Amino acid sequence: MSNKENKTAPPIGPKGGKGTPEKPKNFKSAIQRLTKSLNEFKFLIILALILAAISSVLSLISPNKLSDLTDEISKGLVINTDNMKKLEEDLLTNIDEEKLPQVLSQILNLNINEEVIYQVNISNIDNSSKSLFNSTMAKISEDPQNTLTYLSQLPDEVLNILLNDSIYNNINVTKEDKISLINIFQDIDNDDKNYTFVNELPSSIKTILFPATIIDDIEITTEDKVKFIVTMSNINGDTPTNEIYKLVGTLPNNIQKLINPTMNMKVIKKITITLVIIYIISALFSYIEGLSMVNVANKYAKKLRTSISEKINKLPLKFFDHNLSGDILSRVTNDVDTIAQSLNQSLSTLVSSVTLFIGSIIMMFVTNWIMALTAILASLIGFVFMFIILGKSQKYFTARQIELGKLNGYIEEIYSGLNVIKTCNGMEESNKKFDELNHKLYNCNRKSQFLSGLMHPIMNFIGNLGYVAVCIVGALLVSKEMITFGVIVAFIMYVRLFTNPLSQIAQAMTSLQTTAAASERVFDFLEEDEMSSQKNIKKILNKDKVKGKIEFQNVKFGYDEDKIIIKNFSATAKPGQKIAIVGPTGAGKTTMVNLLMKFYDINEGDIKIDDTSIKELTRENIHNLFTMVLQDTWLFEGTIKENIIYNRKNISDERVREVCETVGVDHFIKTLPNGYDSVISSSDSISSGQKQLLTIARGMIEDAPFLILDEATSNVDTRTEELVQKAMDKLMKNKTSFIIAHRLSTIKNADLILVMKDGNIIETGNHNELMKENGFYANLYNSQFESIK
Amino acid sequence: MIKLLKNLRKRDWIYFFVSTCLIVFQVWLELKMPDYMSNITQLVQTKGAAMSDILREGGYMILCAFGSLVSSFIVGYFVSRIAASFSFRTRENVFKKVESLSAEDIKKFSTSSLITRTTNDITQIEMIIAMGLQLMIKAPVTAIWAVTKILGKSIEWSAITAVAVVILLVTIGIITKIVMPRFKIVQELIDRINSVTRENLSGIRVVRAFNAEDYQEEKFEKVNNDLTNNQLFNQKAFNVLNPIMYLVMYFLTLAIYFVGAILIKDAGLSDKIVLFGDMIVFSSYAMQVIMSFLMLAMIFMMLPRAEVSAKRINEVLEAKTTVQNGSVKENPNGLKGTVEFKNVSFKYPDADEYILENISFTAKRGEIVAFIGSTGSGKSTLINLIPRFYDVTDGEILINGINVKDYDEEYLNNIVGYVPQKAVMFSGTVNSNISYGSSVHGKPNQKKIEEALKVSQAYDFVSKLDDKENAHVAQGGTNFSGGQKQRLSIARTVARDPEIYIFDDSFSALDYKTDATLRKELKKYTKDATNLIVAQRIGTILHADKIIVLDRGKCVGMGTHKELMKKCKVYKEIALSQVTKEELENV
Repeated sequence: MSNKENKTAPPIGPKGGKGTPEKPKNFKSAIQRLTKSLNEFKFLIILALILAAISSVLSLISPNKLSDLTDEISKGLVINTDNMKKLEEDLLTNIDEEKLPQVLSQILNLNINEEVIYQVNISNIDNSSKSLFNSTMAKISEDPQNTLTYLSQLPDEVLNILLNDSIYNNINVTKEDKISLINIFQDIDNDDKNYTFVNELPSSIKTILFPATIIDDIEITTEDKVKFIVTMSNINGDTPTNEIYKLVGTLPNNIQKLINPTMNMKVIKKITITLVIIYIISALFSYIEGLSMVNVANKYAKKLRTSISEKINKLPLKFFDHNLSGDILSRVTNDVDTIAQSLNQSLSTLVSSVTLFIGSIIMMFVTNWIMALTAILASLIGFVFMFIILGKSQKYFTARQIELGKLNGYIEEIYSGLNVIKTCNGMEESNKKFDELNHKLYNCNRKSQFLSGLMHPIMNFIGNLGYVAVCIVGALLVSKEMITFGVIVAFIMYVRLFTNPLSQIAQAMTSLQTTAAASERVFDFLEEDEMSSQKNIKKILNKDKVKGKIEFQNVKFGYDEDKIIIKNFSATAKPGQKIAIVGPTGAGKTTMVNLLMKFYDINEGDIKIDDTSIKELTRENIHNLFTMVLQDTWLFEGTIKENIIYNRKNISDERVREVCETVGVDHFIKTLPNGYDSVISSSDSISSGQKQLLTIARGMIEDAPFLILDEATSNVDTRTEELVQKAMDKLMKNKTSFIIAHRLSTIKNADLILVMKDGNIIETGNHNELMKENGFYANLYNSQFESIK
Repeated sequence: MIKLLKNLRKRDWIYFFVSTCLIVFQVWLELKMPDYMSNITQLVQTKGAAMSDILREGGYMILCAFGSLVSSFIVGYFVSRIAASFSFRTRENVFKKVESLSAEDIKKFSTSSLITRTTNDITQIEMIIAMGLQLMIKAPVTAIWAVTKILGKSIEWSAITAVAVVILLVTIGIITKIVMPRFKIVQELIDRINSVTRENLSGIRVVRAFNAEDYQEEKFEKVNNDLTNNQLFNQKAFNVLNPIMYLVMYFLTLAIYFVGAILIKDAGLSDKIVLFGDMIVFSSYAMQVIMSFLMLAMIFMMLPRAEVSAKRINEVLEAKTTVQNGSVKENPNGLKGTVEFKNVSFKYPDADEYILENISFTAKRGEIVAFIGSTGSGKSTLINLIPRFYDVTDGEILINGINVKDYDEEYLNNIVGYVPQKAVMFSGTVNSNISYGSSVHGKPNQKKIEEALKVSQAYDFVSKLDDKENAHVAQGGTNFSGGQKQRLSIARTVARDPEIYIFDDSFSALDYKTDATLRKELKKYTKDATNLIVAQRIGTILHADKIIVLDRGKCVGMGTHKELMKKCKVYKEIALSQVTKEELENV
């Protein structure tokens, strides 16, 4: 019997754990079915996905803002160039190339006329000076522009005569001042940019050349200006930056005030507040998004579990012949879990990653296409590298999973057969195979774990590579003044935003695959054909009024349509008769019960209860008419009382005890610590015989006109069986009962024995008749006494 | 957990040491990178900085990144070796330990629990080593190093970072505290939902027969509700963690920048640029600090789970074998095939009641001794004492005049051939199943196997198989029927040619006819050996030389069928429950 086989088969469950992603047979339809059944959660899911997308967009904006912040702060680092320019312009008002000679000549207020020339010539200076003076005068008259230069070539005694005190712009310039001015100019080398001489100028001259001014509300005195010029003249193209900053530090306070970096705290505060708001909104959104997905995932998982559980009871028994219970179990837990997890995490991750990925690409290209290409190319190199490794590792993951499965299977096999292994001295052999499998697994483990461990470092490296690439190309572009520094900062962020989602998308995709595979299994199960509808059935047989006649009329049946097991079965059970079905395993004994209980629909022929076809009755109605005790001792985790009463209502404790006494387990139950309230757990000390007695008690607690005992006493020893038998005989009085038994002694007193072989009744009659016939039954019966001769 | 680390070899410790060094190196490189980053930032900011400088710094940074990549490759290689080697060795130790345990010890653990301990629990720890070992070394090293790097820089920034770390750790701590106990509940509920479904599936015919579908669904719904509610609670609590982590990390950067702006504003001109560089470096170090603390928190969340697995494994490794091996490897007194029970009593160590009490009998060479009794009378237990699945509590069992406890296990197993009630099949072929293990005669040859198959009535169906004796046997022998498996299992013992055969209800799945033929053949084949047979059917033992009747652990009758029919009430009851008086008299 195929369903019996299934029970003994090891549950092919998900023992190996999660490993390689499974692939669904039809990804598209699996996802479609999933989407369809998620319909009632549509609103929440869409809300969550929108929120996920928005918070991704927000995180795309935040790098820009952060780079603005950096820019703003870095403005506080460099000298205020605007003010510097103003200052320089101010300084130059009097001393640019064209204006300076004019100003100077005005200061000197030189008045060269006949009289002066005469005076020089008559003075008591030596002749050479006089001739120098004369030639100079000639040059000046020819080239008045360079008067100062020519004058400076004259000795002081000449100048003393030439110059006089004068007033320029209300400033008194003495003769001595003028002479020193000319002398200073004499020392100047025009090509030299050293302006330290400014400091040596007479204060009247300084005041004239660098008048005190007010720039940006800051008063800059003549002294300040002079100091500034002197200090700045120390700077040339080779001066290192820190040196410059140090020199700036020595400048007069007013000038420092003027050119010091200005940080716009207002703007900084504004950006910071904007960022805080963005972050909080983003966090809030992601919280709400998470919350709604958690709700959706769990409620959906619950719904799926309920549907599966309900489906189990709607499926025809036929389904369970072909499907292992471990397989169905794994749908209830693992598959539903996978779907829930992926709803909870992967879906929103996928949406936000894709948004982030596309968004960052767009933002990058919008900002600067060269930089965008750089960032993408640099990351791409890394990703190609990664995918090669991943592709390689797939092989080892699969191998690891297979080896793990093999080893676990082997361990299971050995542990459950340990007694035999020991007594066969097979330890050496088992160790050898174990070592071999263990070694194989070790190798696969090592490789797959190594390769999977590479993912993270490679991702890191990609990030760093992108960073450097962006910096270098960025620097190049900055030096060509194609971009500003802020762009680089933004790109550093974009590279990170761009590389992270890629791996997340890859992960989400694999988990989506597993989800599709899982939901495919769940939906395949949920869409299995259910038992035929009973809506049109109106007839009800009342339990108390049924007489107890059962008629099989030319019944034809096969679990598979093309493999008929029951070929042409006809028999009649009169009310109150005890009918036994015997025959070798596989003869179709249990099948008869299955048909009687309408667990399976017959192909041809009919079964009638009190002349009513079972086709005209609901399954529930039929089940109600039968008390059934099965071979498998099915008990669940719960108290003994719960197990006996089961789903029936209004059963008194008294009745429970009564039945247990009849069956003979009352004494045993009383010896248990909590009596009838003792909890039965799977690995308890209750023997299989006692378990069977409990199931018999469960069957007998409520009266029904028909009784089916399907190998009900196979697990109790013959003596106990006889005791139970006696009790049951009492119960069977006035009931039509069907007994399937392995032990022929159990059925000897049956009114009718049906001997089945290969799906057909080959002999009928009571024990004595059949023995006389000396056919199959007699042969079967006698073989138990066949002696060893 | 630490105890289990003993399973690592010297080589693994060297790997571990090298890995640690490499990880320190890696951390150094990784912490070096922000320096280059800030250099690059500064260079880019300085107008007219030479391209070659940027390239140089960039090159250094790539070098660091690459160095760290290479070193993490190497570490990954070593760690995967350590993890794989750990699971390899632990699995081996547990497996061999389990093999050495007696049936009694195994009963204490239960076979299925031992299987999960050898498979899942070890895989669990292996995973944690593979993933966690690197983190376990790296997180503290990074945390400490990064902290020392930033500590001197600015009190304000350090304080901000410290606050961030504290907020994170406290949040994680609180959530874990709330959620952890619920996790256990969820685990139990998942088991429960599994068992309710399994219950419905395994009892599907009962459920239908009792019209109990609604009852089952109600039961399922209750667990389903509980599970969903608990899971919702847990996941909702965890859902808080993500936004908080996000906020803490981003706010930290932002705070460092904002405070940095104020610091820069107030600083002297020459300090400003230094502060700016510091700020950028600091924010990246602060991230490292936060990350490493997060990693540490993760490890602490992972460890308890590993701890549970480790405990379960250690329980097995530390279990004391109750059956100690003896040393006798020869037959000193020339006896063959004799079994003697002298006042044997047995009870499980923790039990109050004896399962067997004061059993004495002798079986001689060539005899058939049968044991019969009702369910729970102790027949199987009695017979299990001979191959020492359990050791007697009182009295002694002598084989060939020597106490079974004194025999070397292998030698004892060669004398005694045991056939269990539930046939055990190993995946492989019919041949590999019959020739399993070793005996005094070494491996049986093909002729011997054929002979054994013929005796056990298995030859007919085996020769009908596609590959005959080389036919494939699936795991658990699922491709053979119960009766076929039982016959193959008998053939396995027959092929070993032991002096004493023990059949523990080994004919139960056979139909009467096959049972009878098999026993006839067996009797012929084992006429020089002793047969000890536990049976349920009277027919099986009718012709035994000696029948021992057990009732509630006591011997209530001993003798031949005829004798017992006369004097033993229990035996008579058993016999008459199976066949009629007339039939018995006809025998």
